[in-house]
Amino acid sequence: MGKLFAVIVAVITAVSAGVFIARVWWLPPDISVLGAGIDHQLGETMIASGVLFVLSQLVLAVFVWQYADAGDGRAVKIFPGGATPMVVLATVLVGIEILVLTLVGTRVWAGIFLSPPDPNALHIDVQAEQFAYYFRYPGADGKFGVPHPELIDDGNGNFFGLDPANDTTARDDIVAASLVVPVNRPVLLTLHAKDVGHAFYVPELRVQQDFVPGLVIPLQFTATEVVKKEIVCTQLCGLGHFNMRAYLEVKPPDQFAQWLTEQAAQ
Amino acid sequence: MPDTPAPPAVGLRETVEKIRVLKHVPPTGFLRTHVFSLDHKVIGKQYLDLALVAVLTGMVLSWLMRFHLAYPDVAIPGLGRLAPTRAAGGVMTPELYLSLMTMHGTIMVFFVLTTAPFAGFGNFVLPIQVGAEDMAFPRFNMMSFWVTLVAFLVLLAAFFVPDGPPLSGWTAYAPLSAIGKDAGPGQGGGQTLWALSIAIFCVGQLLGALNFIATTLDLRARGMTFMRMPYSTWAWFITAVIGLIAFSVLLPACILLILDRVAGTSFFIPAGLVVSDRLQPHSGGSPLLWQHLFWFFGHPEVYIAILPGFGIISHILPVFARKPLLGPKVAVACMAAIAFLSYTVWGHHMFLSGMNPLSATLFSVPTLIITIPATIMVLLWIGTVYGGRLRLTTACLFCLGFISVFVSGGISGFFLAQPSIDTYLHGTYFVVGHFHFVMGVAAMFGIFAGTYFWFPKMYGRMMNETLGKIHFTLTLIGVYATFMPMHYLGLAGNVRRYSAFTDDYMKGSLPLHRFITAAALFTGAVQLIFLVNLVWSRLRGAKAPDNPWQATSLEWSVPSPPPFDNFGGKHPVVAHGPDEYGRTGPEGDFVMQAAPTAGGTA
Amino acid sequence: MDTLKLSPPSSPARTGVWVGIATITLSFAAYTSAMVVRQGSGADWQHVALPRILYFNTLLLLASSATLEAGRRRLEVDWALEALEGRAGAFSGPGVAWLSATMALGLLFIAGQVIAWRGLAARGLFLATNPASDFFYVFTALHGLHLLGGVTALGYVLARLRAASAGPPRAALGAASLYWHFMDVLWLYLLLVLATRL
Repeated sequence: MGKLFAVIVAVITAVSAGVFIARVWWLPPDISVLGAGIDHQLGETMIASGVLFVLSQLVLAVFVWQYADAGDGRAVKIFPGGATPMVVLATVLVGIEILVLTLVGTRVWAGIFLSPPDPNALHIDVQAEQFAYYFRYPGADGKFGVPHPELIDDGNGNFFGLDPANDTTARDDIVAASLVVPVNRPVLLTLHAKDVGHAFYVPELRVQQDFVPGLVIPLQFTATEVVKKEIVCTQLCGLGHFNMRAYLEVKPPDQFAQWLTEQAAQ
Repeated sequence: MPDTPAPPAVGLRETVEKIRVLKHVPPTGFLRTHVFSLDHKVIGKQYLDLALVAVLTGMVLSWLMRFHLAYPDVAIPGLGRLAPTRAAGGVMTPELYLSLMTMHGTIMVFFVLTTAPFAGFGNFVLPIQVGAEDMAFPRFNMMSFWVTLVAFLVLLAAFFVPDGPPLSGWTAYAPLSAIGKDAGPGQGGGQTLWALSIAIFCVGQLLGALNFIATTLDLRARGMTFMRMPYSTWAWFITAVIGLIAFSVLLPACILLILDRVAGTSFFIPAGLVVSDRLQPHSGGSPLLWQHLFWFFGHPEVYIAILPGFGIISHILPVFARKPLLGPKVAVACMAAIAFLSYTVWGHHMFLSGMNPLSATLFSVPTLIITIPATIMVLLWIGTVYGGRLRLTTACLFCLGFISVFVSGGISGFFLAQPSIDTYLHGTYFVVGHFHFVMGVAAMFGIFAGTYFWFPKMYGRMMNETLGKIHFTLTLIGVYATFMPMHYLGLAGNVRRYSAFTDDYMKGSLPLHRFITAAALFTGAVQLIFLVNLVWSRLRGAKAPDNPWQATSLEWSVPSPPPFDNFGGKHPVVAHGPDEYGRTGPEGDFVMQAAPTAGGTA
Repeated sequence: MDTLKLSPPSSPARTGVWVGIATITLSFAAYTSAMVVRQGSGADWQHVALPRILYFNTLLLLASSATLEAGRRRLEVDWALEALEGRAGAFSGPGVAWLSATMALGLLFIAGQVIAWRGLAARGLFLATNPASDFFYVFTALHGLHLLGGVTALGYVLARLRAASAGPPRAALGAASLYWHFMDVLWLYLLLVLATRL
């Protein structure tokens, strides 16, 4: 039975690790300025964890194989050094890893969430609701109109509750159902939720952020490739949660400008 | 006045002693003996039976969920009749999927993982292990079980209300959970029943924690110093302290949630929300407040689920390795450290919640640091296996399996503890794989180990070892096959809590989901072996001796099953530690805790 | 002869009450943090002037702690004498009267709280009117509920005294008085919070 246990654990370890190493299922290639940092962090953690995973499972397997009672009445052995090597090993090994990963990771995290907004950033206002996203561009005046929840009228396309009759800044706001951005230009999103909690997630951009009702949350990214990728919701928001998505379209700057003009004309 | 001789001076000390020794009267009548019993052993078994019903319910829910994920458009036979509106023709609607998911999580976390390892085994074993006749407050103890049962029934009632069970997940984030019917199907009466059930559950667990703490502190037998307590007792005691703090905060959170739902208050609901085209009348509340209160409870809760397992493994492994646990003081210190640290990490569930990004580091560092005592524990167990003479009984196998699956689950946590990586992995199947490994597998293995180990003591009969070994082997393979692939899905960005995968980039993961479903159904079916073993052994198992495992702790010095007052009116005097194996004693290579001091040489 | 100690005996019951005190303290800490967050997050916080009867109720509660201590100490002396001299029948006496007075004062306190609520309702302040009134009702209602638990505990002790069959309920009385004094301290804290932050 001990041998069987050891073999099963060894096989499971080999297969699991193998699938990770072979990257059979893996992150999609990143299209973001910050992607490399996150991927590097993930890679480092994967290697360190992988080594620990394989080592500990194999040691367990070997020990069980070796120390199953063979009925020979041999005396039991205490691990040399007692508990001290374990405490030292755990503290030093894990401690060093923690130190390194925290130092590197904090820089990556700060890059995403703690950098001041780029003055050159394109500001887009995002509203999440059950079960769609709407994206608002400030238009020619560069200012956003003030949203009024009581004026929201989805049926008439007034998703943000704007009041163009009385609010001049709202008149040229552009509302779209896709997030269209120019490539290689910083984008600043301001996220707000209309009803319940939602989230914004684009795996390729390596960004994710919750929408919290009552708060307006900033999120920055810079897309580095011309692509069309999905934005999906990762915060449970009701029955349509699985189907709540929009498209991120990264366009070359001239095509983006053209798109913006076309939208403004409508 | 006539001269009567003065009675002997009865000092206050004797009076106090009389109070401390619980005078036990044997129960009479069927109801008192088997139903409304004050006996901690009966209460423990009642908790275990409740957990068994709960886990079967939760497992069936998970089968339904997994089947729908693999074959979203296929009708499930019988489902149409059970849920005519939410599964017309037997095809599960998205709202039904989410409701089943919510109930699955709630039932498993609360009514399985908080009851069985802690209230179930702890109630039965702890008083005997410390040498007491019963828990400190038997009436509160009985109340705690019945209150927990009421909580379970209230939760199940959510299945039968017109709006159906809630669909906001076991985490019930506001405002989805706080708004009420406007938020959609499942968010009517079902959510209120959910909150009520959890609030009642908190009360039950607090009554239980009370007992565990008072019994451990005040009712230990003579000679049972803290360092001679078995590791399982330590784990239950520490878990009770964690639970005390955690449930004391969850109860207010649930009360405030109920007030928001029925009394029009706005603790968690901000102004200006338009839900289902209606402007909500609330204002000024904070959804993040719910998250903070919930996770302040929620993170320690997962340690409530796993620490008894730590104690059970630490207790059982020496029995079957025939040598003491490596590093006893270190082990206890690690468990205490984990308990303490568990209160400093709750924000790691909220890295992306919109709370101040600076706080991410504040929460990430202790989350990573908790790895250290957990790693030490794993190394202590592996170091105990080293040099042992392993008797590979089923209980022992589940201990060894626990080490394997806990390592797997713990390592995936290491990724999630780093905010920059969590940016990618949050909300994906990587998280689902992680918490299922540590809670749905490791904690379950702890429960299995405890069952195979203490069954003879509880029921006076032995479980079938062959069936047990088959159960273990197939389950070990099955859980890895079910939950390891979830990490791959997560790396590919596959989002969780989705009832179907219609996104372009997730459609390709369907074959892997089908594999997981097959593995899950297989593993579920394997549990039938355990069920058969349980039932058959209770009725027809071989009669169990007092000490079938040649173990040393106090529960093995009394008959199987023990008499109503555990020690037959005698008070044990303890002279030895809890894991004196590998030294020659009067009965073999071990010395019982209650053996006289002159016993045993190294 | 042992020195007569008038402090309550240590017992599982006392440990239990300390555990209960921990729980209740943590719960009210959770409510307090909820209040602090709520004050900060919404612009709709409106100051609520506390009904003056609250201060009178506080005096009642403080008095009840004094009567409880008087009763407990009296009973301890009676019991000690009974143990030494074999004198029975020391139970119905001033000790019991003090305990009953404590219960009465506790109930009067709760009646006073109900009057405070009526006063608030008369000013149009109900549970959901504004966040400050929210917390006023939540804090005072929960404290009142827990105090009723204390009243029940004292009632249980009195019932044990009347039965007099199983010996002096020293542990129960010690535990009940610890709980009662805690209810006092808790109320003083709540009053402070309500007076300064509401």
